Amino acid sequence: MTVLDTPAWRPRADAAPLLPDQEPYRLLGTPAAAELDPGLLRALYGQLVRGRRYNRQATALTKQGRLAVYPSSTGQEACEIAAALALGPRDWLFPSYRDTLAVVARGVDPVEALTLLRGDWHTGYDPRVHRVAPLSTPLSTQLPHAVGLAHAARLSGDAVAALAMVGDGGTSEGDFHEALNFAAVWHAPVVFLVQNNGFAISVPLAKQTAAPTFAHKAVGYGMPGRLVDGNDAPAVHRVLTDAMNRARDGGGPTLVEAVTYRIDAHTNADDATRYRDDDEVAAWRAHDPIELLEREMTARGLLDDDGRQRAADEAETLAADLRERMHADPALDPMELFAHVYAEQTPQLREQAAQLRAELAAEAEADRAQVAEPRS
Amino acid sequence: MTTATTAQGRPEAPARRSATMAQALNQALRDALAADPAVHVMGEDVGTLGGVFRVTDGLAKDFGEDRCTDTPLAEAGILGAAVGMAMYGLRPVVEMQFDAFAYPAFEQLVSHVARMRNRTRGALPLPITVRIPYGGGIGGVEHHSDSSEAYYAHTPGLHVLTPATVEDAYGMLRAAIASDDPVIFLEPKRLYWSKADWSPQEPAAVPPIGRAVVRRTGRTATLVTYGPSLPVCLEAAEAAREEGWDLGVVDLRSLVPFDEETAAAAVRATGRAVVVHESAGFAGMGAEIAARLTERCFHHLEAPVLRVTGFDIPYPPPMLERHHLPGVDRILDAVGRLQWED
Ligand SMILES: Cc1ncc(C[n+]2csc(CCOP(=O)(O)OP(=O)(O)O)c2C)c(N)n1
Ligand SMILES: [Mg+2]
Repeated sequence: MTVLDTPAWRPRADAAPLLPDQEPYRLLGTPAAAELDPGLLRALYGQLVRGRRYNRQATALTKQGRLAVYPSSTGQEACEIAAALALGPRDWLFPSYRDTLAVVARGVDPVEALTLLRGDWHTGYDPRVHRVAPLSTPLSTQLPHAVGLAHAARLSGDAVAALAMVGDGGTSEGDFHEALNFAAVWHAPVVFLVQNNGFAISVPLAKQTAAPTFAHKAVGYGMPGRLVDGNDAPAVHRVLTDAMNRARDGGGPTLVEAVTYRIDAHTNADDATRYRDDDEVAAWRAHDPIELLEREMTARGLLDDDGRQRAADEAETLAADLRERMHADPALDPMELFAHVYAEQTPQLREQAAQLRAELAAEAEADRAQVAEPRS
Repeated sequence: MTTATTAQGRPEAPARRSATMAQALNQALRDALAADPAVHVMGEDVGTLGGVFRVTDGLAKDFGEDRCTDTPLAEAGILGAAVGMAMYGLRPVVEMQFDAFAYPAFEQLVSHVARMRNRTRGALPLPITVRIPYGGGIGGVEHHSDSSEAYYAHTPGLHVLTPATVEDAYGMLRAAIASDDPVIFLEPKRLYWSKADWSPQEPAAVPPIGRAVVRRTGRTATLVTYGPSLPVCLEAAEAAREEGWDLGVVDLRSLVPFDEETAAAAVRATGRAVVVHESAGFAGMGAEIAARLTERCFHHLEAPVLRVTGFDIPYPPPMLERHHLPGVDRILDAVGRLQWED
């Protein structure tokens, strides 16, 4: 035996099949689009229109003081919706803070999905019900969780895959790299979706990465990288569905880069004019995920004015429901602050809870006295 | 350092005008960049955007992107790279965007930044300043309101500073950058827009690191506090007058090193003390302060040193944060509990 025969010397995988295509994968506007299932196109369209309306409504709610902050995914609806629709009923979604739309499209109640951003509770839904992890604000920290869950499912012989979402900026964090490496080494049934929307708050791609594409990063870990036009909803859906099926079938992880654009500012609190040109925004507006889909569907006779109107009406219904329910003050119980810190409260927490309870009682008493006073 | 800056030909006796803490910090960075070519500012969004709190506004434009750099989004990378830059002889000033987003850098901090001088027997001191906006009270959503000072203060090798006034913000940041030791510089987010009459042309004296200041002398009891809780304590001291209480207030400014002399003298003068901070009480700064004050002032104390702190819970969602933060009422309650005679 020489070193040439040892595992250390020989490449462990052929890099070529792992490499992404040069151009982002597209379906809309290509001959392949003619084959697309009308039902899928209609489902995507309806959801995209609702999603955009949801973003607009949520942003409006920040102006009315009903949401503390909202990171809009306008322009990225195709990624958000395709991600949710690519999940099987027993799969798990690991969203970042920008992915409220995916969470809602997965089935989480639209108001419960917003409690984090309204500020009444950190996670307003039970993650187990729809298999949606809490929206994750510390960037990329949710990615190793997705790997662990997928790994556990695999160890249990359970055909469940996880889809983890992250932004272009998030790919710079150590957790991103550790998650990808674990996933590849463990052959975990997990798919990473990088939404490359051009910016991490104000920081453009050029300052974030020198890689040819984010999809290329997959190769270094030993998993396939796929590059897709993130504004082409059927294309994103196809790539993610394939990757999720592959994962569930024991084929291991995939890294998908969806090339898209953040049309709105980072959040309602951000001023994007400080760091980007209107020209660039305009170019991306002309490559709008909803318009791309409309064009195709109209050409194939799958969408007419009535269909458009129906989708718009459904979106209005969603927005009206959101508006109405978000205009009610949420029920708050300050005592809940102590309820879920540990399975069992420490003696110190019990003492602190008693203190707050007494303060609240005194406050209520003082309020009553104030109301009573003018009459006496 | 003040003399050095005035010697640079600043106009004499400029008009004092109102400035925010964020502006004072910006001026400190500006003056440090101008005074020393080794100073480099870096972090997430600190360049073109000027930082999410605008503390680095205009620095990239005025000093170039090599002196004020938008880094890739990775806190461990930012701080780790700062270690290497400092080893080469630079004086990095890094920004962590928010308290809770500094945690990925924790390993670099405790395993390298805090220890390098010690491990190398003094050969490699690390003059790194880590600026961290911290604390709550700004209606921030999850992970935007942590008070992480105890983690840092518990790590030998780090200085931990936190200004509470516009003037101190300038002077203390200059002192931090000038220090040859690593400094965790905690900026109280909710005081960023607090204003004071202060002239950017006539920067305040740079207080030496490790000096507390008595903001108010009193006879009834002494409040010992820092950072975002200082204005709350001053408000409590005003409100206490209605009860006939005359409260002193000590602003620690520097958590490490801890100015025991100043704090203990102020506590001895009243014989009663309440330590106030918004981070959790259990194993927090207040525990250290109370223990030290008790050891030093035992024979002068009329009552045990009390703590008024945030509850021992993960920082609450913004709609509930008012129940968590130490406020005037809780401070006065504590002062009331000190007023026994036996
Ligand atoms: C660990 C960590 N560091 C910093 C931040 C602050 N932060 C919030 S969003 C953001 C930019 C994220 O950019 P990207 O990953 O591209 O996602 P996008 O906002 O574009 O969806 C930053 C720096 C954070 N949330 N977590
Ligand atoms: Mg981005």
